[in-house]
Amino acid sequence: MKRDIVIIGGGPAGLAAAVAAYDAGCKNVLVVERESEVGGVLKQCIHNGFGLTRFKENLTGPEYAHKFIEEAEKRGIEMLKDTFVTELTADKKVTCMNQSGIFTVEAKAVILAMGCRERSKGALNIAGTRPAGLFSAGTAQKYVNVKGMLPGKRVVILGSGDIGLIMARRLTLEGAKVLCVSEIMPYSSGLRRNIAQCLNDFGIPLYLEHTVAEIEGEGRVSGVTLVKVDENKRPIAGTEKHFDCDTVLFSVGLIPENELTERAGVALDPRTKGAVVDGDRQTQTEGVFACGNVLHVHDLVDFVSEEAEIAGRAAAEYALQGGRAHAYISAENGENVTYVLPQRVDKNKNAPQKLFFRVRKAFRNAVVTVDTGARRKTVKKIAVAPGEMESVALSAEEIGGAEYVKIAVTGGDR
Amino acid sequence: MELVCIECPRGCLLSAEKTEGGVSVSGNFCPKGRAYAEAEITEPRRVLTSTIRAAGAMVPVRTDRPVKKSMIFALMKKIRAARLTHAVAIGDTIMENIDGEGANVVASASYGGEPCSI
Ligand code: SF4
Repeated sequence: MKRDIVIIGGGPAGLAAAVAAYDAGCKNVLVVERESEVGGVLKQCIHNGFGLTRFKENLTGPEYAHKFIEEAEKRGIEMLKDTFVTELTADKKVTCMNQSGIFTVEAKAVILAMGCRERSKGALNIAGTRPAGLFSAGTAQKYVNVKGMLPGKRVVILGSGDIGLIMARRLTLEGAKVLCVSEIMPYSSGLRRNIAQCLNDFGIPLYLEHTVAEIEGEGRVSGVTLVKVDENKRPIAGTEKHFDCDTVLFSVGLIPENELTERAGVALDPRTKGAVVDGDRQTQTEGVFACGNVLHVHDLVDFVSEEAEIAGRAAAEYALQGGRAHAYISAENGENVTYVLPQRVDKNKNAPQKLFFRVRKAFRNAVVTVDTGARRKTVKKIAVAPGEMESVALSAEEIGGAEYVKIAVTGGDR
Repeated sequence: MELVCIECPRGCLLSAEKTEGGVSVSGNFCPKGRAYAEAEITEPRRVLTSTIRAAGAMVPVRTDRPVKKSMIFALMKKIRAARLTHAVAIGDTIMENIDGEGANVVASASYGGEPCSI
């Protein structure tokens, strides 16, 4: 089997990339999806708040997905569902497995759109037994929204990621008692609006700078003890708070799913846990592109779609016309910045470039400094936080004159 | 009153006070923040999203306009008691005028019927 472009993953990134590639003139596109329906995690994100940037509409997850599914279907884009990709090679052979067997698709270009998964509680070091009643927030979301089952009645949520906040509200609406959300950092990793509308609306307390001291229970969770931590994240004795509960949710972050990428020998960035890419979202392996949460974890699907369209168009160009010569400079993270994406900027492209970055800690009245070796420019931001991706734009001229790009955030007050 | 605007991901920090002429709002980056703060002070409203049970599936639903925050648990009770027995397309009304003020509960995904529904 041969296709111009194979897209691995039929979530928001894969769908948007497919439509963009098709519209850029590459009609021979195949989307491979492991679940029985496309749409990815949006299928279970029944809350609203999606699409405000892109569509100026306040959509629920399924509604947002529907817009892209409709576009893909209108174009007759081929989608193989219930199909796993078992292997990807650097020469763009994609091995798939489904009910009809194992087969290999040879592609001119591949777009990685596998998304991310939740960090497991194993990533946390927690004392106590391992009773039933411990769920990741996303698993609980699937239980409630897709299967119609309530995971428990009295719930403590560990970690203040957005899915945890959304689930605090969802479980409350479904009749469970959410006792609190606990966060080890001095700020939430979730969006401010989610703290307001998911916790404050329902009087659910958020304990910042708290960690879990113990999870109790024989067979089933019966309680959780939280403890306050000092600046070095060490528990402060005497600050313990105990909660009787039957369920604990973990919302401790997302991690790009890059096993296939890694085995294909595509270079990964330890900061993003995704591939190293250029402005076209092309990885260091020619003809392999990446977009969405497999590339770096986004907080808004609107930005996933935007990024996927960049990758889709670039993959179409690559599949139809072959590769170009590049003149790369690196984009680096400076003070208080955890990563910059893309990591490489192509001066040959002669086009403006939006650079995305995340800050290490929250600032009000922040000053973003973009240093290109040749010049420095500063951009002011009212507030920046690790949970909210930021961006700066560079013009074609600024990139043309640059030796490198380094983004730092300073000033302002914590 | 200090508020976080929930109308968009920017999450502006608003401060709103009742004045003789109405409500004074500051901190909003756009007019939506003013409208939000005014409503928060007088009668807070939210779009309610949930699911309705159907045979073998949960169908995601939403209210087609914001409903009074004070009514949310009463409305949830109605939604939880409802059963969907027929196919619906995305956007179809499932429960009419659920809050007595004209808000309908509509499907946010198709159920049954269409082959590629989610
Ligand atoms: S005031 Fe406007 S920009 Fe600020 S959060 Fe509200 S809607 Fe968004």
